[in-house]
Amino acid sequence: MSKVEFNKETGPREVFCGLTSIVWLHRRMPDAFFLVVGSRTCAHLIQSAAGVMIFAEPRFGTAILEEKDLAGLADAHEELDRVVNDLIARRPEIKTLFLVGSCPSEVIKLDLATVAEKLNKRFLGQVRFVNYSGSGIETTFTQGEDGALKALIPLMESSNEEKLLLVGTLANNVEDRFKKIFRNLGISNIESFPPRQSTELPKIGKNTKVLLTQPYLSDTVRDLKHRGCEIISAPFPLGIEGSTEWFLAAAKAFKISELKVHEIISPLINRAKLALESHKEILKGKRLFLLPESQLEISLARFLHNECEMDLIEVGTPYLNKDLMKEEINLLPDNTKIVEGQHVEKQLDRVRESNPDLVVCGMGLANPLEAEGISTKWSIEMVFSPIHGIDQAAELAGLFSKPLRRNQILTTKTLVTH
Amino acid sequence: MELTLWTYEGPPHVGAMRIASSMKDIHYVLHAPQGDTYADLLFTMIERRGQRPPVTYTTFQARDLGGDTAELVKKNIKEAVERFKPKTLLVGESCTAELIQDQPGALAKGMGFDMPIVNLELPAYSKKENWGASETFYQLTRTLLKDKVSSSDKISPLRWKELGRRPKVNILGPSLLGFRCRDDVIEIQRILSEQGIDTNVVAPLGASPDDIERLIDAEINICLYQEIAEASCEWLKRNFGMEYTNTIPIGIKNTIEFINEVHKKLDLPLTNKKELENKSKLPWYSKSVDSNYLTGKRVFIFGDGTHAIAAAKIAKEELGFEVVGLGTYSREMARQVRATAKDLNVEALITNNYLEVEDAMKKVSPELVLGTQMERHSAKRLGIPCSVISTPMHVQDVPARYSPQMGWEGANVIFDDWVHPLMMGLEEHLIDMFKHDFEFVDGHQSHLGHTATNTKDFLNSDEKKEKNSKEGIIWTESGRAELTKVPFFVRGKVKTNTEKYAILRGIPEISDETLYDAKAYFS
Repeated sequence: MSKVEFNKETGPREVFCGLTSIVWLHRRMPDAFFLVVGSRTCAHLIQSAAGVMIFAEPRFGTAILEEKDLAGLADAHEELDRVVNDLIARRPEIKTLFLVGSCPSEVIKLDLATVAEKLNKRFLGQVRFVNYSGSGIETTFTQGEDGALKALIPLMESSNEEKLLLVGTLANNVEDRFKKIFRNLGISNIESFPPRQSTELPKIGKNTKVLLTQPYLSDTVRDLKHRGCEIISAPFPLGIEGSTEWFLAAAKAFKISELKVHEIISPLINRAKLALESHKEILKGKRLFLLPESQLEISLARFLHNECEMDLIEVGTPYLNKDLMKEEINLLPDNTKIVEGQHVEKQLDRVRESNPDLVVCGMGLANPLEAEGISTKWSIEMVFSPIHGIDQAAELAGLFSKPLRRNQILTTKTLVTH
Repeated sequence: MELTLWTYEGPPHVGAMRIASSMKDIHYVLHAPQGDTYADLLFTMIERRGQRPPVTYTTFQARDLGGDTAELVKKNIKEAVERFKPKTLLVGESCTAELIQDQPGALAKGMGFDMPIVNLELPAYSKKENWGASETFYQLTRTLLKDKVSSSDKISPLRWKELGRRPKVNILGPSLLGFRCRDDVIEIQRILSEQGIDTNVVAPLGASPDDIERLIDAEINICLYQEIAEASCEWLKRNFGMEYTNTIPIGIKNTIEFINEVHKKLDLPLTNKKELENKSKLPWYSKSVDSNYLTGKRVFIFGDGTHAIAAAKIAKEELGFEVVGLGTYSREMARQVRATAKDLNVEALITNNYLEVEDAMKKVSPELVLGTQMERHSAKRLGIPCSVISTPMHVQDVPARYSPQMGWEGANVIFDDWVHPLMMGLEEHLIDMFKHDFEFVDGHQSHLGHTATNTKDFLNSDEKKEKNSKEGIIWTESGRAELTKVPFFVRGKVKTNTEKYAILRGIPEISDETLYDAKAYFS
């Protein structure tokens, strides 16, 4: 392992909670509905984080707790029952309903598992109910997806068929590319989790080889292991290097020769390197500060340093699973400063002191930093853009080069006063 | 428990953030878990603010709940005070913290600080954003001025005469994330200063705690947005005798009424009446023959209380529209909206459910919708032109240019913003009329997309004739041909009315004559 410097920090944070992940999960599974059991804050959070107004009826909503629900727990359960009945009557096309716990529902100990169990009996054969928590007292941003996937695992049937299981939400086009490449490598049985339809859950067992596409799935990985799945240890498929290692690790698990992998992906790599060149020109030697938010920070830092030659000042991450991130950390340059957790004020002090060329941060911080003359890239875009794989390396680099390029274009003119 | 897919208002602590962020030298310590920080982006992204909201989130986690969350609150308060050195500290909690009852306000008061501390108790499970903003502004005003209550004489609106200076007023209510507040303040200040009236303090927007303490240097208060400022105005009236204005100066009539009200309260003679009445282009533009086609346009209105009521008055009295629907999501102003609706002979819609609003809109098939950004989306789906008149705020509602809603210039802005979408509608009609001319280029894109009632689809419909209306009524060739000659924006209405008439009369087939019969029947 490279000599990486690990730090922990606690204090006030500037991050989203796990409910935010509903924004991309509901698009991945169009036959599912996400019902948050929470407060007006939760509803407002999701609609604000989505950044756009909702067109027509969305496939997510909030059962907003009111004063009378807090008075007695029995009431709240009945009320939730009523809301679910109304919802299903209104949206008969829903196949899976996620009951999503929130900060207030966790604090009042609303037992969503029991509610889901009861509803499952009542709506047997029509709608499946699963529950997980996306609360901010337990989860950060992308961890919400971890919770949702973990909740689906008990519904997955067992099978000893050998297969490659890609775990973590991917953009559909990226997923298609990956599957094509794996087929070319000679792996024919490939499935994705989460699937595109919530009812088409992959079967899993001891011959399932799990390849993670996203770094924030600690709990899901643990439960998949319990079900006998083999977890392929690899860096994440961001950038050429990460994707290459990722393909190689998968090939190794299926006893496919390295030579074969190189044969298939070499043209892709050459093409991607060419495409990366113009971005690298802008990013090279620029100093980067990553604030914690998506848990993609370590992989991004590795890509932006190793392939785009940026200098890393600090790599923040809301949560660090050293085991899962082992391969990534190995690829980081020596003396990389990783900070787990956050004290947003102290961290912003360090941002200002270190005079970075680019800061990766959340939407609450981006414009204030820009106003101070510091270029930023908001991290939520990373979870909405197709950034995975060799073909997407230039696209990923482009997310970071664009703000810098824009600043070059927008050179300020001042009035001459004399 | 209430199923909510989308909400017009955020929780009450977001209202408190609006007050804190609008002001200077204030800091708000919010006992809240991570995730609640999302609210920062409302200010930094939607309002494009270059500063973070002055808010510290205590960021408690599940593992803290078993231990001492109160200590965590105190630690955060201490750090925030040391770092930001606010002149006044707001302390409160979001929905989750309300449940664990640490009473952060009381904790803060026990920490021995010199600065005033405002303890905000904003019930998250029964109240919403505007109420939270109003309550915060009220509590802040009260905290900073309560010591001066007994020592002060009642403030006479005529005091300026005794003091031998120009009259002074406060402008209360404008805040961040309020609809066009930034520009309304400039417009109102301009109007007042032209009349020889000085602005003492604008608050909360741009004010500091020192300014709040100076509120009583003015003779009267201008309550610019009732949702935010009425509670404070009422308290200042009760305790200092300060009168406040009730007229919201949106539209020509209300602006004139507002100026009259201010002058009357201050006993200030109005000298330039004639000149004032010609300040805005709206009355002449509305009178110009070009605007004849606006007469009786059916308009549906939904928004916050202040803007919805004002829009109804302008629509009816200044543009000659017919108001066919009026509603608000501001429960606090439901009574006033109902009264306005009653005068207009429509039933008020008081709801926080945007789907109900869309249904109501659909039912009355208006020609123009005045609403929030959500109604803009609904109207788009229904192929109806729309103009946005109210929060919730969208990045488009913070235009770079000066575009108030209030005062003379506000009336100009409103004329353009409401009439242009209708002009686009007229253009649509012309496109429809000329599309058979050989010069017409096929594929001319409608600004309404493909949602407007489409003639071609109706004519080329391959469905069996029996199916071309729900009630089993058949449209004959002549009926169909006549219907296509009707301008597209009323075609839907004509079709429904004709079918209604056919059912009423037991007519199985609709011919061109039936259309005219129905037209005569309903006129």
